[in-house]
Order: sequence, then structure tokens, then C-alpha cells
Amino acid sequence: MAIIDQGHAARQLIYEKVFRSATLCAAILVLLILGGVGASLVHGAWPALHRFGTGFVTREIWNPVTQQFGALGPMYGTIVTSLIAMLLAVPTGFGIALFLTELCPPWLKRPIGIAIELLAAVPSIIFGIWGLFVLAPILQSQTQPWLIAHVGAVPVIGSLFRGPPFGIGILTAGVVLAIMVLPFIAATMRDVFDTVPAMLKESGYGLGATTWEVIWHIVVPHSRVGMVGGVMLGLGRALGETMAVTFVIGNAHRISASLLAPGSTIASAIANEFTEADGDLYTSSLIALGLLLFLITFTVIALAQAMLRRLERQSGGRL
Amino acid sequence: MMPSSKIPKHLKLRPPVPVAQGTAESGAGPAKIEIRSLNFYYGEVRALSDISMTIADRAITAFIGPSGCGKSTLLRVLNRMYALYPHQRAEGEVRIGGEDILSATVDVADLRYRIGMVFQRPTPFPMTVFENVAFGLRLHAVARGAELHHRVEAALREAALWDEVKDMLNKDGRSLSGGQQQRLCIARTIAVNPDVLLLDEPTAALDPISTLRIEETLQALREKFCIVIVTHNLQQAARVSHVTGFMYMGELVEMGLSSAIFTTPKDRRTDDYITGRFG
Repeated sequence: MAIIDQGHAARQLIYEKVFRSATLCAAILVLLILGGVGASLVHGAWPALHRFGTGFVTREIWNPVTQQFGALGPMYGTIVTSLIAMLLAVPTGFGIALFLTELCPPWLKRPIGIAIELLAAVPSIIFGIWGLFVLAPILQSQTQPWLIAHVGAVPVIGSLFRGPPFGIGILTAGVVLAIMVLPFIAATMRDVFDTVPAMLKESGYGLGATTWEVIWHIVVPHSRVGMVGGVMLGLGRALGETMAVTFVIGNAHRISASLLAPGSTIASAIANEFTEADGDLYTSSLIALGLLLFLITFTVIALAQAMLRRLERQSGGRL
Repeated sequence: MMPSSKIPKHLKLRPPVPVAQGTAESGAGPAKIEIRSLNFYYGEVRALSDISMTIADRAITAFIGPSGCGKSTLLRVLNRMYALYPHQRAEGEVRIGGEDILSATVDVADLRYRIGMVFQRPTPFPMTVFENVAFGLRLHAVARGAELHHRVEAALREAALWDEVKDMLNKDGRSLSGGQQQRLCIARTIAVNPDVLLLDEPTAALDPISTLRIEETLQALREKFCIVIVTHNLQQAARVSHVTGFMYMGELVEMGLSSAIFTTPKDRRTDDYITGRFG
């Protein structure tokens, strides 16, 4: 009897070791992949970075004929289109999530929830052709002339809305991106609001708070960390989105003061030009663009983490 | 509160529901809450059947009974918390200080402001200790500046928490210990000076020492408030309450002075429950 038990125990020990090594390998694999991506990007980008130095990120010029490449235009486009998307999608997603969790009549909850998930499942190419053939003409004929006429005259922010209405451009790309990241932001925030304990909300109501006061003073502060997570998820997607943006941004390597003008993002520039990139320096410059996108995304995540840690310290580590 | 002249005549003429015998001798105040023929439904399920009782002011009234007997539901009727959820409804008459709180014309937010509630688990708000206690006062703009500080400190003292938190008023309320959090919730509730204090198993999630401190706090508060406590802990009911009601399957089986309920219960079911034969 004792011998059988020993054999069993020994087998268990082996299983334990095998299992441990297998999970360790899986974890290390992630590090290897990440390291590999980083290393091959740096390797591929090296000729361009070596040639242009810091000028690669500070110069706007992008001229394949003279072999002069600077990434400032696409970097600007990437950041500005993502900011526009966030500006539009975060408040909307926040409103959707609040409505679904706190105000929505039960029979409407499921249809709206399913609609949001379906919106997230639409392939980006669909948003691209829709943006080009449907949204851009509407913006060109309706929205942009209105913006030029009414907001264009305002000092300071007016310069963002001047020039001819192209239809396609930075603003259009931002709007399409906003629609694309909206379901992610709304769904994440809804899930976060759903985790607020009923008892906590009832405590607020118990002190005579109205629905709005409970939402604003209790639900939202309680969900801060998760909300930041949702915004970062959307931002990460907006920064890297390629196909739809390539359709509607106009693909011009320059920085215009006006949001109505065409521009480019890092991802759209790479997608657009990789097939026609002749010469090592051109190819290398495109890879260097990819490296920059990698770094921008990495920075965003790092900032988000720092922000979360700060929030956590404020609340005494109990979130 | 509704002046007595506004109470419809036919209600005035009804004979009062008998108050548990002997409450007057225990130093309790006059009847604060009067319940007549209260029925409560979760959808089709009846959770309270024909409950009638009076609850005295300036006394601690405890409700005991097995899980699902309706004692927590009773509390949720008293501040209309059930009204947050569709398909939950109460029928009958519940008067607090003479006002029929089940009436459709009652301002529910105002009612809940006057009927404070403390829950089974501590529910500190995601804000500082000070802001937690100031929450209700700010909502209803009853105090500002120095007056606000004064009321917050007074409430924390009454909840026997001031000495422990006076140097950390700006720390997050959630960073306190469990027992401190629950006393914070009591302080937050009494800061707005409610007419009635409802406690739904307030020590269920706490260790014995924290429980003891909360019970001491309640003893000190009884002089000012009408306190209603629901508890699973029979010793606690016997220790802190003047009057105890035993509920079973949605009915109020027996209600009387705690000393009598725990020594000479009249109903067989009460006897079975307090001697541990079921529940």
C-alpha cells in the first residue's frame, strides 16, 4: 500500500515539474517574441536611422526621389487622428456605458449591447470604404463648409478649420477611427460600471443621492482604473489602425495647420508605400516608421501604467 | 414631515397597533414607525405577509430570523430602497413620524436622507475619510466650511472613530480597516442627523473586537435615534436591543421586550429558533 502511494506521489511530482516548465516556456516565449520584434525593427531601421540621425523624427520632408526621409508628418498624423478619435469616442462611449448600466430599461439592454459587439466585429476595410464613399462626401458637402464658415473665423482654434473642404483628410480619419474604437471603449466601460457593487450604490441612494449624484460621485470614481484601461485599449487600437485610415486620410506627407487637409499616419504610410519602396534607404525608412509606432504605443502603455499606479496610491491600494 | 392635521380622518380613527409591552419602562420614546398590513412582493413572490408593528423612538429594535425570512426586506421597505428595482412592490401602510412613506407623492431622495442605512459590508465611497462623512451634508447643502468640519468631526466622534482617523482625514476611506470602514459608514449616516437609523447585519463581515466597538457605538446612539437592526447573531440582538421581533417566512411571529423574547418566548417557532433547533 505504502509503495503504491509513493509511486503515485513521485508521478505527481513529475507532472508538477512538467507543468511548471511548460507554463514557464510559454511565458518566456512572449518575451522572446517581443524582443524579436523589437530587434528586427531596430535592425531593419538601422540604415535610415544611421543616415538621418535624430533628423528622422524632427524633419517633415519625405521625398523618395531625392532619398530624403523624415517621419514628423506621419507621427503628427498618427497622434492627431488618434486624439480626435479619443475626443469623440471617449465621451460617447462613457455615455453609452452609463446609460446601459444605470439608466437603460431592461428590455433595451440586450439589443444595444449586441449592437455594440457587432460594431466591434465589423472588419476595418468596411469602415474604410464606408468612410471614403459615404462619410467623406457628406463631410465635404455639409460638415466641413459649415466648420470653415463658422469655426474658421474664430481666433486660435479657427486655424484648425481653414482651407478647402477635401472630404478626405485628418479630420475624416479621426471620425472614422472614433467610430471604430467606440465599441471597445463603450464595452469596457460598461463592464467596469457593472462591477460596482449594488450595495455601494445603495449606500449613496441611502443618503438621499439622486441617480446622477450616485453616478458622478460613486460609480465613476470607483471605476476610474477600469475606465483608464478602456480608454487605453481604444487609443492603442486607434494608433495602430491601418486600413480604414489609409482609405480616408489622403496620404500626404506633410503637416497642415488645418484638420481638413490631407495627411498620413505611420501605419497608413507603411501600408501605402511598402510595395513601391525601391532602394534600401526607402525600405529602411518605412521600417523605422514602424519602430516609431512601436515606441509611441509603448509610451502610451507606460503612461497608462504610471497613471494607474498613481490612482492606486491615492486610494491606499484598495481598488 | 406631514403635520397631523393632514392625516386623513379615517386613519386617525383606527385603533393603534399595540406597542410591545413594557417598552415605556425601558426608557424608549414614543412610537416612531407604525406599520399596518404590510405586504411585499418580489415579482410574484410574496416576501412579507401582513406585517403590523410599531417601532419606538430612541430605542434599539432588533429583527432576528433565519435567512430569507424577510427581515432585510423589511428594512428596505422603510427607506424605499426596493423602489430602485422594477418588479419589487410594497402594499399596506408604513408611517414614519406620521407620514405615509409608501405614498406615491413622497420625495424618495428626501425620505432616504432622513432614514439612514448601514449595510452588511462596509461600503466606503471612493473618496477621503472626510469626504465620506461630508457626502450627505454636501449633497443637501446643509453645512459648509467650518460648520461642515464641525459636523464631520461630531459624527466621527459619535461613531467612536475620531481618535483613530483624526490624523488621516485626507486618506482614502477604503484604506481603513474593515471595522473602521463600518464605523465610517455609521458616521456618514448619522452625520446628516437622520430620524431613523437602519442597520442590516452591520457586523456580519467584522471580527469580534470590531463588532464589540460597533455595538458600543450603537448603545451610545440609541439616546438620539430610532435604531432598527437586523442581525443573524442572536447574542447581539440580546445584548444591544430593547425590543426584538422574530420573523419567519415573511411573517412577524412574535415581537416584544428582548428580555422576554430570549427567556420566555410565547411562540413555539421562536423558541425553536433561539434554542438553535433550526435556522
